Amino acid sequence: MRYAETGFNLEIDLTLGTVERVETELDLAGSYLGGQGSAAKLLWERVPPETDPFSPDNLLIFSTGLLHGTPLPACNRTVVNTFSPQTNLMSHSLFGGFFGPELKYAGYDKIVIRGKATDLVYLYINNDKVEIRDATHLRGKGCTETGDLLKKELKDQRIQVAAIGLAGENRVYMASIDHNHASAARGVGVIMGDKRLKAIAVRGTKAVNVARPAELFEMSQRIHQKMAGSSGCGDWMAVDEDDSFHHNHFAWGNARTRRPGYWNKELQDRWTNLKYDNMDRQTGCYNCPKKCRNVIKMPGQQRFGYKCFGKDTYHMAAFLELDFSYEILGIAQEYGVDSYSTPQVMAFALELLDAGILQDKDFPEMPEDVRGRFFYLLEKIVRREGIGDILADSVSQAARRIGNGAEAYDHNTTKKFEQLPIKLGKLNPAYFLMIATGEKMSITQIEGSFPQDPLPTEEQRQEFVNKWEAVPDEKFKDYFLNWKKRSDISDEATCDIVDWNEAMHYIDDSLGFCGFVSSFRGQFGGDVPYHMNNIPEAIALATGVAMDKPKLWKNFQRIRTLIRAVNVRRGLRRKDERPPEDHWAVRDEQYEQELLSKYYAFKGWNSEGIPTRQTLESLDLAYVADDLEQRGILDPADGGPR
Amino acid sequence: MNPGIGMKTVQEILVNVDKCTGCRACEMACSAFHSNPQFSSINPAKARIHVVSNELTDEYVPIFAGNHTRSGCDGRHVYTIDGKTYSECSFCRASCPTRENFIEPDSGLALKCDMCESTPPLKQPWCVEVCGEHALVYSEREVEREEPARAAPGQLEVGLQALMKQHGMEAVIARLKDIGKEK
Ligand code: SF4
Ligand code: SF4
Ligand code: SF4
Repeated sequence: MRYAETGFNLEIDLTLGTVERVETELDLAGSYLGGQGSAAKLLWERVPPETDPFSPDNLLIFSTGLLHGTPLPACNRTVVNTFSPQTNLMSHSLFGGFFGPELKYAGYDKIVIRGKATDLVYLYINNDKVEIRDATHLRGKGCTETGDLLKKELKDQRIQVAAIGLAGENRVYMASIDHNHASAARGVGVIMGDKRLKAIAVRGTKAVNVARPAELFEMSQRIHQKMAGSSGCGDWMAVDEDDSFHHNHFAWGNARTRRPGYWNKELQDRWTNLKYDNMDRQTGCYNCPKKCRNVIKMPGQQRFGYKCFGKDTYHMAAFLELDFSYEILGIAQEYGVDSYSTPQVMAFALELLDAGILQDKDFPEMPEDVRGRFFYLLEKIVRREGIGDILADSVSQAARRIGNGAEAYDHNTTKKFEQLPIKLGKLNPAYFLMIATGEKMSITQIEGSFPQDPLPTEEQRQEFVNKWEAVPDEKFKDYFLNWKKRSDISDEATCDIVDWNEAMHYIDDSLGFCGFVSSFRGQFGGDVPYHMNNIPEAIALATGVAMDKPKLWKNFQRIRTLIRAVNVRRGLRRKDERPPEDHWAVRDEQYEQELLSKYYAFKGWNSEGIPTRQTLESLDLAYVADDLEQRGILDPADGGPR
Repeated sequence: MNPGIGMKTVQEILVNVDKCTGCRACEMACSAFHSNPQFSSINPAKARIHVVSNELTDEYVPIFAGNHTRSGCDGRHVYTIDGKTYSECSFCRASCPTRENFIEPDSGLALKCDMCESTPPLKQPWCVEVCGEHALVYSEREVEREEPARAAPGQLEVGLQALMKQHGMEAVIARLKDIGKEK
C-alpha cells in the first residue's frame, strides 16, 4: 500500500478528449516529494524547452502536496505549474482552501493537462468517474459564480471547484485560477484559459492512508494546538488593524511614490470600522485552526474574501482608500485577475497617459476620476478591448508593444514579472539575492524564515534565539546574535540565510504546507509550527519513508536545482537576475555582482548561474547534466558555459 | 461521571455557527478516529459530522449524523435567519436517500454520530477537540432519568387502520407477508 500519496495521476488530453489514470513510479527515496517537486520533473521530461507556452504541448499541472489529506494541519496548498507566456519560464503558483485534499480523496496526486479543447470545457472528477464536459454555458461567468453553478448542476454542495473568470477565458496574462476565495496567480490562469478549460470540479470519497497512524495523529494534534494558541503563525494582517507598515513604506501608484507618515490613528479607526461593519466572518482553509481570510459583504455588492496585502494593492495603486479596494475586489475576483500585478498594470497605463506616451484617444470614454478609471481599465483588460488588449499582456510586455519610451515606465519588474512595490534606500544583501535569483517570481515565495531586521539589544537577540526551534543549524543563531545593522552581515551568512529561506518554500510547496505556518512566517517572531527539525518526522510518519534533516535538505537542493535547470534550458541567464533598478536608491553594481557570483558558487552553479555537472551529479541529476551538455548549455570540458 | 440512581448523563455538543470558519478539521478528526485501525486513514466522507458550507451565501453549519431514514423528504424547508438564507438540508441530521451525507461511501450503510464512545471515555469528542474556534463546545449534564416510556396503547392499531383505510385490508396484509419473506 502507498501511504500519504495515492500513487495515481490523472492524465488529461484536451485535444484528443482522453482521460487516463496512470500509476506513478514508487519513489521510496522521496527524491522529488510531491507538489512542485514532482511537477518540475514532469515539466523537465515532457515539455521540450522550445515549446511555446501557448502550444498544446505545454502542460498545466495541478498537484497535491505529498502530505495533503493526512491529519497534519494547514496542509492544503494546491500547486499549479506550467510555462508562462509572460516570463517564458516555469510558472509556480499556489492556492489554499480545499481543492488539493479533495483531489487526494478522489484518488489522485496530480492532474496533468495537455492539449487544447476547441471550446470551453470543464473537468468533472468524481472518484473513478472522470469526464471532460461542455462548459459553453459557463462562458463569461465569474469564478465563484462558476463554482456555485457547477455545484448546483452536479447536485453536490461538497464538490470543490477551481475556475477561471473572464480574464482567463480571454488569455489575460494576469489571470488567476480561483477557488473558494483563494487564488493562484503568476501565469497559470492564462494557460488554463488557453487550453479552454473553464473549471475543474472535484469530489472524492476515498481514504488517504498513513503509515504510522497513532504517532502521526498525536504529532498532528500537538501541532494543531500550537497553531491554535500561537500568534507566531497565520496571517497577522487578518487581525492587526495597524497597517502602517505597507502604507508608509511601500510605494503607491505605479510603484513610484512613497508616502511616509501616511498612516494615522483617525484613518486606522475609520478603516477598522469599515472592515468590521461589513465583515461576515473570517474563514480558514482545510484542517487549519487559523482564519486568515476576511469575508466582506458590502451592501449591494458581491461578497469576496481577501488575505494579507491583497487588501491594499488596488487602493495604493490608485492613491485611494480601503473603501475603493472593497469596492473593486469583489468584481476583480469574479473576473479572476491577480490582485498583486493587475493594479500595477492599471497604474502603469495611467502614468503613460500622464506622460503623453499614451493619448486620450487610447482610452475612449474613460471617466475623469481615478476610481472610474480603474473600473474602466479593469473592464478593458479582462475583455482585451482596445488598449486593454495590450495591457492584458502585463507591464513588461505591454511596454514593449507600446514602445515610444514606455519601456522606462516598466521599472518594477524582474524577469518580466511585476514585483511588490517596494522602493527603499540602501541595498539589503539578502533581499538583493532573493529578488535577483528567485524563480517563483515573487519575493513572498522566497523570503521568510530568517528575520527581516535585527533586534536592537543583545538581550532581545538572546531571548529570540533561546526559543528559536526552527533553525536548521546553530550557525543561524550566531548570525542573528551578531547582527546589529541591517546591511552589516557577512556574505557567507547572507548566502546561508537566503538558502534557508528558499529551502522552506521549496519544501512547503512540495509537501503542501501553507506558508503562514512555515516558510513565510518565521521572519516575524520565529515561532513557526513546521520547520526543518520536525518536518522530516512528519514525512516519515505519514509516508513510511525514512527521512531525516540531511536527506530532506538534499531533496530541497535537488528540486531547487532541477527548477533552475528547467529555466536555464529555456534561456534564463545571469543577465536576467536583476532586481528593479530603482528598488534601492543607492546601488553598488560591483558589490552586487560580487555577491551574485558568491551565491552562484555557493549553490554550485557556474558564473552564468547554470548548475555544474558536479553539482547535478551530487544531487542525482546526471540526466540533467547530460541534457544540458547535449544542448551546448554546459561545456563537458569545464562545466562552464560554451 | 457516575450518575446516581434515577439520574443519567446527557452529552451535548453546543454549536455556534457564527464562530465556524469552515475548516472541516472536525470532519478530518472524526473520520480518523473511526477508521480501523484508529487514525490509519482519513476520509471526510466517512465523518459523522459534516460542515454545510457555501462561501457565496456565507453559510457554515456543522451538522452531526442523526438517525437513518429510508425515505427522503418530498417537501423541503428553507430557513432565513437574520436575513441570511440557508440551503434546504442545512439543519437536518438524517442520513437519507435525498443526499449523500452520512452514507458510508464504501458500504452504503448509514453513519451515525456516537459521541466518540470509547473505553475509557474520551475527555471530549474529537470534533470538539480540534475545533480551534470553539464553534463546537462539549458539555455534560445530569438529568433525572425518566420512567421508560410505555408503548402507547392503540398506536399500532391506529396506524394499521389508517393504512387499511387508504389501501384496503388485503393489500396491507399481502404487503406485510411480502416484507416478512424479504427479511
Ligand atoms: S494559516 Fe491561514 S492561510 Fe494558512 S492554511 Fe491556515 S487558514 Fe489557510
Ligand atoms: S462526537 Fe465523535 S462521532 Fe460524533 S461527530 Fe464528533 S467526532 Fe464524530
Ligand atoms: S472544526 Fe470547528 S470551525 Fe472548523 S469546520 Fe468544524 S465546527 Fe467549524
